[in-house]
Amino acid sequence: MSKPIVATTSLAGCFGCHMSILDIDERILDLIHLVEFDKSPIDDIKKFSRKCDIGLIEGGCCNSENVHVLKDFRENCKILVSVGECAIMGGLPAMRNGIPIRECLEEAYLNGPTVKENNKLKIIPNDPELPILLDKVYPCHEVVKIDYHLPGCPPRADLIWEALVALVTGNELKMPYEVIKYD
Amino acid sequence: MNQIIRFTIDGTECMAAKGQYLVDAARENGIFIPTLCNYPGIKPKGSCRVCTVKVNGRLMTACTTPVAESMVIENLCPEIENLRKQIIELFFVEGNHFCPACEKSGQCELQALAYRYKIMAPRYPFAFPQREVDASNPKLIKDQNRCILCKRCIRGIHDEKGRTIFAYKRRSNRVEIGIDPKLGKELSDETAQKAMDICPVGALLVREKGFDIPIGERKYDKTPIGHDIEHHKIPTP
Amino acid sequence: MKTFTLKVLEKYSRDKTRLMDILIDIQSEFGFISRESIAQIAHELQMSEVDVEQTISFYHFFSMKPTGRYSIYLNNSAVANMMGRKEVAQALEKETGIKFGEVTADGLIGLYETSCIGMNDQEPAAIINNQIFTKLTPFRAKEIVRDIKEGKKVSQMFSASYGDGANRDDSVKSVVTNNIRKIGPILDPDYKVGGAIKKIITLSPEDVIHEIKNSNIRGRGGAGFPTGLKWEFCRNAPGARKYIFCNADEGEPGTFKDRVILTELPRLLFEGMVVAGYAVGAQEGILYIRYEYKYLQEYLEKILQAAREKNYLGKDIMGKKGFNFDIRIQFGAGAYVCGEESALIESAEGKRGEPRDRPPFPVEKGYLDMPTVVNNVETLCAVVKVILHGGEWYRSFGTAESTGTKLLSVSGDCRFPGVYEVAWGFSVNDILDMVGASEKNVQAVQVGGPSGSLIGPEEFSRILGYEDLATGGSLIIFDKTRDIISDVVLNFTEFFIEESCGSCSTCRILPSILKQKVEKILDARGVMQDIKDMEEWGKTLKASRCGLGQTAANPILTSIKNFRHLYEEKIQRSKDFDSGFDLSKAVQEACVATGRVPNI
Repeated sequence: MSKPIVATTSLAGCFGCHMSILDIDERILDLIHLVEFDKSPIDDIKKFSRKCDIGLIEGGCCNSENVHVLKDFRENCKILVSVGECAIMGGLPAMRNGIPIRECLEEAYLNGPTVKENNKLKIIPNDPELPILLDKVYPCHEVVKIDYHLPGCPPRADLIWEALVALVTGNELKMPYEVIKYD
Repeated sequence: MNQIIRFTIDGTECMAAKGQYLVDAARENGIFIPTLCNYPGIKPKGSCRVCTVKVNGRLMTACTTPVAESMVIENLCPEIENLRKQIIELFFVEGNHFCPACEKSGQCELQALAYRYKIMAPRYPFAFPQREVDASNPKLIKDQNRCILCKRCIRGIHDEKGRTIFAYKRRSNRVEIGIDPKLGKELSDETAQKAMDICPVGALLVREKGFDIPIGERKYDKTPIGHDIEHHKIPTP
Repeated sequence: MKTFTLKVLEKYSRDKTRLMDILIDIQSEFGFISRESIAQIAHELQMSEVDVEQTISFYHFFSMKPTGRYSIYLNNSAVANMMGRKEVAQALEKETGIKFGEVTADGLIGLYETSCIGMNDQEPAAIINNQIFTKLTPFRAKEIVRDIKEGKKVSQMFSASYGDGANRDDSVKSVVTNNIRKIGPILDPDYKVGGAIKKIITLSPEDVIHEIKNSNIRGRGGAGFPTGLKWEFCRNAPGARKYIFCNADEGEPGTFKDRVILTELPRLLFEGMVVAGYAVGAQEGILYIRYEYKYLQEYLEKILQAAREKNYLGKDIMGKKGFNFDIRIQFGAGAYVCGEESALIESAEGKRGEPRDRPPFPVEKGYLDMPTVVNNVETLCAVVKVILHGGEWYRSFGTAESTGTKLLSVSGDCRFPGVYEVAWGFSVNDILDMVGASEKNVQAVQVGGPSGSLIGPEEFSRILGYEDLATGGSLIIFDKTRDIISDVVLNFTEFFIEESCGSCSTCRILPSILKQKVEKILDARGVMQDIKDMEEWGKTLKASRCGLGQTAANPILTSIKNFRHLYEEKIQRSKDFDSGFDLSKAVQEACVATGRVPNI
């Protein structure tokens, strides 16, 4: 029987959740026996080469590209898992959610202390190539259907490991108290 | 001499002094009923609804209901546990609870309840309301994003004349906590600390304080909220 | 401002439990309550400023910003919308040049929305400086704004036709009409004041309570608690003083029968309060009226004064030694939740109208922590008739479980909206016939207001009564042209959101979430799961502290139960999931901010 195929991505996240995946230490050797990776920064496969069994999503959706990637994952993965606070509730990027976009952009490109003196032409980037910001940062499950959520900032490596094992083996997920944390 | 009465919680025989609030009576019998707006020594208000139990089949808040002879209380039935989970989730979507950036993370009662109930993600859509951080007070920072409107600060903190220093503003889903412009400025360090301690979440913070306990050693890092009650059975008289 | 405020404070003896009255007087005088006034009140009453502000900011008719020398509060109830409110609102905005929630630059006119003002049988209606304007049209709106700009007083702005009945009284002079369509023993105009008082003073209080119990009358506000029992509890509760409250805060959208009683039969009501006072041993009665009925204040005060002069009120009433009882009027300031008895008591104590936790019940610990009876206007009127004619006579009306008659407030799509006094036990069909609503045109009837249930034709044979369809008396009829979900359910849900006191979690948070679901379905993005979610989540509101919260999902729950097909028609049958996320909408703001074409 072929191994289950896993894909991962980081949307509006910091890659901390991916770091936490790597943080399973030597169990990564077991993981390679258990699953194969497709589209993922871990193996640097940029596009889906086949349908996958499990998609791990880090980060929420802050721009149009995030939405396209997330939808692509939904189409190509049987099971989608939101990994980490940003995917689940927007996380720190969502702290901008109460602020109008114009204000965010002006702070980032015109008025912020690091740009004030440097952006002499007062340019706010608007190249058509750039993804367009969304009105707010959306949790993944408010864009597509998400099957499971693994909270944490980042989720503890043990939680990610146990969850992957449970998904792959079909066994019940072991969740001791210490592994579910939101920070 | 207090009259001792008998009642049951989920079929377990319990005893308590007549007139005691249910949540306290349960605690003395080694049974944890989760609460958020309740605080020892402050008159209960029943505003968070988390301690809802079934008393003789009716939904009642355990923090405001005095225990009575032969009461039949349901605390852990699926209906009640699901209800509590829903209420906890409601708090998370109502405000802006960015746990990773919160000074109270690991010490927060709302978060601790969510851990206890193993909430992986709320079922409701996030409101992402626009809320303000008020840093105008010399001693305290009030972050409305995190406030769960439990009224513990309103009920628990007064000046020496008995005047309230904290109060609600507005109504409906626009309610927020206000700090008195005059009395707030005269807060002592001690009262400011008391306000921070009384706040179940990270909405009231003493200036320049926070993140002072390392991750792993905070109150709810290793053991769930209520653990002390469930593992410290006080012998009933 | 300072001297006025001081005068007001003195008028109420610097009593902080009279904060509502103090604030009402200041708001009425200046059109708002300034920071300086708040500081002054706080200082004089030994309160903190935030404490004063928490009361002010709770009530709809208090404001900390000027509301205009003419403040127009246009009702936004479902029936107002059905009767052409939208056009009136547009006309007002056009003529004043401002949007709702704003005040004109010259401070002349403020435009505000407000929840049902008890005029559902004569909508669209508005309150302008405490006076009621009914049956508005865009033309009338234009006239009103013109009159205001010309500097006319509100009292000069009424059209020539004054309302009917006691609305024409010199101290009322309002355009409100009473629309009494059916008279029974309560509304019987052949009533002579004082008969019941004369009778009770020959009886012991226990005998009075016994007679009330014998009548089996239950509370007419909607909850239906047996009145005699309530009185008995209060009588037997220990307390240095006891209080009788009349709950005239009828805020349930679609109900207005108390307004009609207050206008036509205030003497009957006051006599009922005296009877209750005698029965429970209270010396003070408080008539708590919603602010919307402020136009009746002078009239009611006049009648109270006359009653005092006749010794129906005051000391040693009708010569009965030691029988002292007087009544004062307490106005609310715009909060539906104050119709809940413990919230009403909180409000009367000068606080936010937040319901109390029970136990203790008001009969044990109510106003100022003393045993208190809170009865509905109609209940107190009925007890007078019970005393006059006996409990057995009263039981001859209605059904075994629901004795007596009920005043119905009928509005919506029917030929004769108004007040009907009928014996309990009529079916909804009977009522529809009575009010001139053709059964074949009626799509739905809202029984008991938004907190009651929305029923369809298959349930029109159900009868009104505590054993079947209990109701505080509001019946709103919707014909087949109405969109139940958008015209009714959404409006009622918005009402509950606005009127939540905000203190308990479920009622503060959930209704807004449920509203989003309704909007998603109206937006054609709904799926079956959304209906299931609403049903499941709506149940959670049952854990709320008071009746408002517990019933806040009723418009949604009862419409799903009885009109499920309307929801199912609007959802996407081909999908089982839709987050409702719309990328093109989500990028709009950024495109505008950066001047980009949305190339998504």
